[in-house]
Amino acid sequence: MSTKEKNMLGRTLIYIVLTVIGIAFLSPVFIVLINSFKGKFFISEEPFSLPDKDTFAGLENYVSGLEKTGFFSAFGWSLFITVFSVLAIVLFTSMTAWYIVRVKNKFTKALYYVFVFSMIVPFQMVMFTMTKTAGELGLDTPWGIVLIYLGFGAGLAVFMFCGFLKSVPLEIEEAAMIDGCNPVQTFFMVVFPVLKPTAITVAILNAMWIWNDYLLPYLLIGSEYKTIPVAVQYLRGGYGSVDMGALMAMLVLSIIPIIIFYLFCQKYIIKGIVAGAVKG
Amino acid sequence: MALKKYFPVFVLPTLAAFTIAFAVPFILGLFLSFTEFTTVIDAQWVGVSNYIRAFSNADFLNALWFTVRFTVVSVITVNVIAFALATLLTKGLKGTNIFRTTFFMPNLIGGIVLGYIWQLIINGVLRFFDVTITYDPKYGFWGLVILMNWQLIGYMMIIYIAGIQNIPTDLQDASKVDGANRWQTLRNVTIPLVMPSITICLFLTITNSFKLFDQNLALTAGAPSKQTAMLALDIYNTFYGRIGWEGVGQAKAVIFFVIVAVISFIQLALTRRREIEQ
Repeated sequence: MSTKEKNMLGRTLIYIVLTVIGIAFLSPVFIVLINSFKGKFFISEEPFSLPDKDTFAGLENYVSGLEKTGFFSAFGWSLFITVFSVLAIVLFTSMTAWYIVRVKNKFTKALYYVFVFSMIVPFQMVMFTMTKTAGELGLDTPWGIVLIYLGFGAGLAVFMFCGFLKSVPLEIEEAAMIDGCNPVQTFFMVVFPVLKPTAITVAILNAMWIWNDYLLPYLLIGSEYKTIPVAVQYLRGGYGSVDMGALMAMLVLSIIPIIIFYLFCQKYIIKGIVAGAVKG
Repeated sequence: MALKKYFPVFVLPTLAAFTIAFAVPFILGLFLSFTEFTTVIDAQWVGVSNYIRAFSNADFLNALWFTVRFTVVSVITVNVIAFALATLLTKGLKGTNIFRTTFFMPNLIGGIVLGYIWQLIINGVLRFFDVTITYDPKYGFWGLVILMNWQLIGYMMIIYIAGIQNIPTDLQDASKVDGANRWQTLRNVTIPLVMPSITICLFLTITNSFKLFDQNLALTAGAPSKQTAMLALDIYNTFYGRIGWEGVGQAKAVIFFVIVAVISFIQLALTRRREIEQ
C-alpha cells in the first residue's frame, strides 16, 4: 500500500470512529425524545423501541407533565434567577476585582486570598448554615437568592477578573482620571469595555452553573418557587409511583432551551470554557 | 489614589453578599461541627465527639470509599478518552467541528436531568437481565461512571484541543525528523507541552467527581440501602434525614471540605511541577 492510500484509509477510519462515538453521544437524548411520545406504561417496558400505533400517546405526556410540574413558571424562575444573578456577578465582581488590583494594600491582598479560598470549599460545608442564615435575613425569595449567588459566584469571578486586570496597562485609566473622570466613570467608560472577553467567560461559566443548580434553590426557595431542576426532581420525589411519561416529556422540555442556547452561542461558550480553564 | 475612597461602591456589594452567603456560614459551620444543635441557637459544645461519631458511622465510611473509587475510575476514563478524542480532532481533518459540537453538548445539561436520562437507559439495558439499577451497588457505580464520562468528556476534550493547538508544529516535525515514533512523540513532546491542560483537566475532573451530588441523587438516590450514596449525598441525608444528627452532618461536611482541599493542593502541586516553560 502506498503512503497516500494508507493516509486515506487512516482518515476514513478516524471519521468512522468519530461518527460512531458521535451517535453514542446523541442517542441518550434521542431515546428520551422518542419515549416522551409513548404511553407512560410502555416506557419502562420497551425503552429502545420507536413508538408504534399501540404505544404512541401524542402529546399526552407533555400535557400531564406541564400540569404536574408547572413547567412554564419553573422556566420563568430559572430564567429570572439565572439572568439577574449573572448580571449581578459580572457587574459587582468586576468592580471589586478592579479595586483589588489597583488599590494595593494588605487588606485587598487578604481579600483576594479569601475569595480564592472560597472556590475550593464544597457546597455541603455551608449548606445548612447558609440556608439558616439566609432564611433568618429574609433572603428566601428569588431576589434574595440572586444575592446568595453573587456571594457564591464571587470567588471564581473575582479570581478571573483579577487575573486579566493584572495585564491591563495603567496609562489609559490614568489619562481618564487626569481628564477629570471619577473612579466610577473611569471604570464604566474605560475599564469595563476592556474586560469584555473575561466578562463573557464569567457570564457563561456562571450561567451554566446557576441554570442547572439544584440543591441551593431547592433548600432556599424550593417550596414556593421551583426552578427547572427542582420541578423535575419534584415530579420524581413527591408521591408514590412515578409518571414516566410526564418525566420524559419534562426532560425533553428542559433540554430544548439549553440546546437552542448552545447552537446560538456555541462559539462564545467554547471560547469561554477554554479561557476559563487557562485562567483557572 | 482617589479610588481608595470608593470602597463602598466597588467592594461593599460583593463583600456583603460574600459575607452572608459564604464567610459567616463557613465560620459558623466550623463552630457548629463541635456542638450539638438542631436550630443553630441551641448549640451545645461537645468537643470532637461529632467527628468520632462521623468516623464510626458505617454509611459515611462506605460513602467515602465509594467516592474514592468512583473518582479514580472516572478521572482516568474521562481524561484518557477526552485526550484521545482531542488528538483525533486536531489532525487537521475537514468537518470535525460538528463532532466537537456534539461531544460537548451533554455538558450543558444539568445533573438532575442527566441522572434521569441515564436511569431510563441503564434500566432499559438491565431489563434484559430482569433487574434494575438499584438491584446491586455495582450497577449504580458503573452507571455513575458512564454518566460522568458522557458529561465531562466533551468539556475536557475542548481544553485538551486548545492545549494541543498551542504546540508549535515544528516541535512535532523535529521529533519526527529525529526518528521518534508516534508513541515517543506523544510521550516526550506532546504530553509535556500540554501539561498545563492536563493540570486543569485533572483538577476539574477530580473536584467534580468528588463533589458529585445531583447526578447521584437522580440516578440511584443511594439505593440499594445507601450503598451507592457518595459523600455529598451522605452529608445531605445526615442533615435532613436524621433528627439529632445535625452536628455529625456538619462534622462530616468539614471532613469533606478538608479532603477536597488537600487533594486539590496535592494534585496542583504535583502536576504544576511537571509543567515546563514554553
